[in-house]
Amino acid sequence: MAPQQQFHVLAVDDSIIDRKLIERLLKTSSYQVTVVDSGSKALEFLGLNEDEQMDQDVSSVLPSDHQQDLEVNLIITDYWMPGMTGYELLRKIKQSKSLKDIPVVIMSSENVPSRINRCLKEGAEEFFLKPVQMSDVNKLKPHLLRGRAMEDEPIINKIEATLEVI
Amino acid sequence: MERNQTRRQIAGMRQSLFDQGLVDEQFVQLEELQDDANPNFVEEVATLYYRDSSRLIQNLDQALEKSPLDFNKLDNYMHQLKGSSSSIGAKKVKAECTHFKEYCRTANREGCMRSFQQLKKEYALLKKKLEAYFQMARQAGPSNAACRPK
Repeated sequence: MAPQQQFHVLAVDDSIIDRKLIERLLKTSSYQVTVVDSGSKALEFLGLNEDEQMDQDVSSVLPSDHQQDLEVNLIITDYWMPGMTGYELLRKIKQSKSLKDIPVVIMSSENVPSRINRCLKEGAEEFFLKPVQMSDVNKLKPHLLRGRAMEDEPIINKIEATLEVI
Repeated sequence: MERNQTRRQIAGMRQSLFDQGLVDEQFVQLEELQDDANPNFVEEVATLYYRDSSRLIQNLDQALEKSPLDFNKLDNYMHQLKGSSSSIGAKKVKAECTHFKEYCRTANREGCMRSFQQLKKEYALLKKKLEAYFQMARQAGPSNAACRPK
């Protein structure tokens, strides 16, 4: 069986300690990791300029004129960051045609129900309270697998159709 | 014989960090992320913490000299310090950050000043203890890298 490509997670946090921690947690789970320190750097990495409007038509998930040549399978971001908050980053991702299907997880040091609800409503898959632990990172797998399953869907449908005929 | 003694010493130092309430469960979480490929993870995080904290403490010092106090700014700095203290498991420092933030919320200048002095004490003590602990662990050799006793 051909080895599955590693999942690639983009982590966003302005705290240098938390960046180190999340990177280690993710690498321990055998994910490929890119860590950036701001929302704008995250968007840059994802190939999306801050000015891009939501109806910008990007034919593939991987814009050719940007450094990003690795598909991002999940984005995990801190909520409170100077400049662009994690919530604002989440919104921009969900408004982007090319990025909206990438699962987004929010981290926050504060347990504010209204904040949590707002993020989940905006499309965040999970909300982790800091400090993030291994048990939290273990919750990412289903979201990553679902993403991959959606990519493989056309093939699966074909297989199922074929099996039905047999 | 000597090796065992060193191991016991290291274990003792580690235990006193917990007994004295200097670190909490998060510190254990960090230890569990340490392995043969990343044998100095906890110390690396601690080093980043010292650097980041001293910057924030300096900012707080300067901000506390102003008159009138900008409580929003102070709260902002303290929020960052609380966050990183929480991530490394610095129990007492984190608790003092919470007190300080409360004084900010009630715009209590005196409270902020007192709390900050206490915070600096707690921070200095933690740093001293951690540095001694990691140094001991390093001296004992790679197989004795600071980690949770199996």
